[in-house]
Amino acid sequence: MGPNGSGKSTLANTILGHPAYEVTEGQILWRGEDLTEADPEDRAQAGLFLAFQYPAAIPGVSVANFLRMALNTQREEPINVKEFGAKLKHATGLLHVDREFTSRHLNDGFSGGEKKRCEILQMAMLEPKVAVLDETDSGLDIDALRTVAEGVNTLHRETGMGALVITHYQRILHYVEPQFVHIMLDGRIVREGGPELVTQLEAEGYDWIREEVGALDG
Amino acid sequence: MAATDKTRITKPSPVVEDDQGQLRARTGISREVVEEMSKIKGEPGWLRDKRLKSFEIFERKPVPTWGVDLSGLNFDDLVLYSPPTAGRFNSWDDVPADMKKTYEDLGIPQAEREHLAGVVGVWDNEPVYEGLKEEYAKQGILFCSTDTAVEQYPELVQQYFMTKCVPPQDNKFSALHGAIWSGGSFLYVPAGVKVDLPLQAYFRMEGQGEGTFEHTLIVVEEGAEVNYIEGCTAQTYSVNSMHSAVVEIFVKEGAKARYTTVQNWSKDVYNLNTKRAVVEANGTVEWVGGSMGAKYVMLYPGSFLMGEGARADHLNVGVAGEGVHKDTGAKVVHLAPNTTSNILAKSISKDGGIMGYRGLVRMGHNSRGSKARVQCDGLMMDPISRSDTWPDIQIQNPHVTVAHEAVVGKISDEQLFYMQSRGFSEDEAAAMIVNGFIEPVTKELPMEYAVELNRLIQLEMVGSIG
Repeated sequence: MGPNGSGKSTLANTILGHPAYEVTEGQILWRGEDLTEADPEDRAQAGLFLAFQYPAAIPGVSVANFLRMALNTQREEPINVKEFGAKLKHATGLLHVDREFTSRHLNDGFSGGEKKRCEILQMAMLEPKVAVLDETDSGLDIDALRTVAEGVNTLHRETGMGALVITHYQRILHYVEPQFVHIMLDGRIVREGGPELVTQLEAEGYDWIREEVGALDG
Repeated sequence: MAATDKTRITKPSPVVEDDQGQLRARTGISREVVEEMSKIKGEPGWLRDKRLKSFEIFERKPVPTWGVDLSGLNFDDLVLYSPPTAGRFNSWDDVPADMKKTYEDLGIPQAEREHLAGVVGVWDNEPVYEGLKEEYAKQGILFCSTDTAVEQYPELVQQYFMTKCVPPQDNKFSALHGAIWSGGSFLYVPAGVKVDLPLQAYFRMEGQGEGTFEHTLIVVEEGAEVNYIEGCTAQTYSVNSMHSAVVEIFVKEGAKARYTTVQNWSKDVYNLNTKRAVVEANGTVEWVGGSMGAKYVMLYPGSFLMGEGARADHLNVGVAGEGVHKDTGAKVVHLAPNTTSNILAKSISKDGGIMGYRGLVRMGHNSRGSKARVQCDGLMMDPISRSDTWPDIQIQNPHVTVAHEAVVGKISDEQLFYMQSRGFSEDEAAAMIVNGFIEPVTKELPMEYAVELNRLIQLEMVGSIG
């Protein structure tokens, strides 16, 4: 969590290797592997996933086709039709997504909520080891939010997937229970704690943290 | 000292035998070459006269100075006609093994077994294999090489061949074509007959410096429907090659014709075709095209909407890479009330390639209530490539609707990163984005062509993101 402009999305994009961001200091280590200079696709292959705040549209490429080809990047042999169908059925069921939705072109003409749901659908299909969810809860109505949160919980339970949930609001945390809460300010993690930190933030805002950090820096 | 055999005086002839004993025209074109060619083919007088008349027009007309740069085109270097030694085969068993192999490489036998209605192969411009499924023959459908049609259906050919649709005087290359055309498909569908499976023909150029000048003539009688597919591939040559085909389609009242072509010419081919349809009342013509390869292309399939309610759909996708300039588009002339046309042109340029859309939409005086929609989308893969749009809209009736939309764009970094974060390499991502871009056209192609086109684009896209 952190106020606007504190660097949350920058962190998310940097973890996945967005070419617009340069790492000037420090390393990205994942299971003993240094991914600091790795291409985004290699990070994906290593098990990282980013649910985008503003996913790009790919006109002419259906959601289903995209998912099938993305799964194939993880395998030697292309996934067979039956296996893919079963997997897709499971994932769309989990996220209450219409099967017809998967024949639409990826993010092309999607509403904000559809885009977010589609990101989580991709996560469910690709089964990453760690998913970064960049404000996936923004712009979702309460039903959609619950569905998305259930999706994250189910994947955590079924596959052991870890999730780094970037959010502004306590809302999603009613449905996803965090083990750790990190507070970012001016590009740094300045506080870490348990779920109780969220309650304090909701009640008092970020000012008290800012003051404490300012006091330390001064 | 060699003795001279005075009993064998060799007469200079424009058609010579090569070292394999194959008849081969000398390079270049002349009145003599045209006459000799017509004689060898055993053609009737009217056709020979048409060739000679076309040749005169060809000589008179200047090489176009608009479109693409044709200054490197040298008619004297081209071998314009080369009859095969093999002749024709009506049965697959009779086709020589090496030819079979090439056909197999092209995927013809499987395709035919599965769902082809008939095949006319054009080998060095000559039909070598002709097949037509019996049920279609029973329905009165004629499908053969145009040369065969000249022999077997002379009245039909004479009625339609280069008369009202594409006359020789249309342009320099249609005139050249009229003089030295050879091969191509003839397709006649009688009134009311609907052909549910596509009819296909494959073309292939063989040998250096040859032009192919196949002539395709399609007549769809009242209320009939047909779907015709032409695919072209060519080997890579070191000298200029030239392709100057003519396609003529007659769509009668209430009839429907779809003409689909996927071309992948080698990178040295000049592709200068004239393709046109004449559509009568409530008839529909659909042009679906994919243009890969080639060096210079000028191609503007035309639709003349002659009767009320006639309709034309033009869908095309073209790719221009390094050293390639394609000037393509469409020409639709609305000459009757309540006619409709829809043009969708998708172009991809990379490595300095130039894609141009040149389109004419004319609403004639009598076109009240007609509608035309033009959409051209250009995708440029790098900053050195080019995408041009040259729309020409002429409106002679105030009660019509014409829409033109042109969008030029490039692949965004956000799209690439998004896809890479899902595990795709940059090249894979670019190929997928491009395949998505052309999807409105490929979804109209038969499966095997769509797959082939997507695969070709994938190959083209390797290393294309700078």
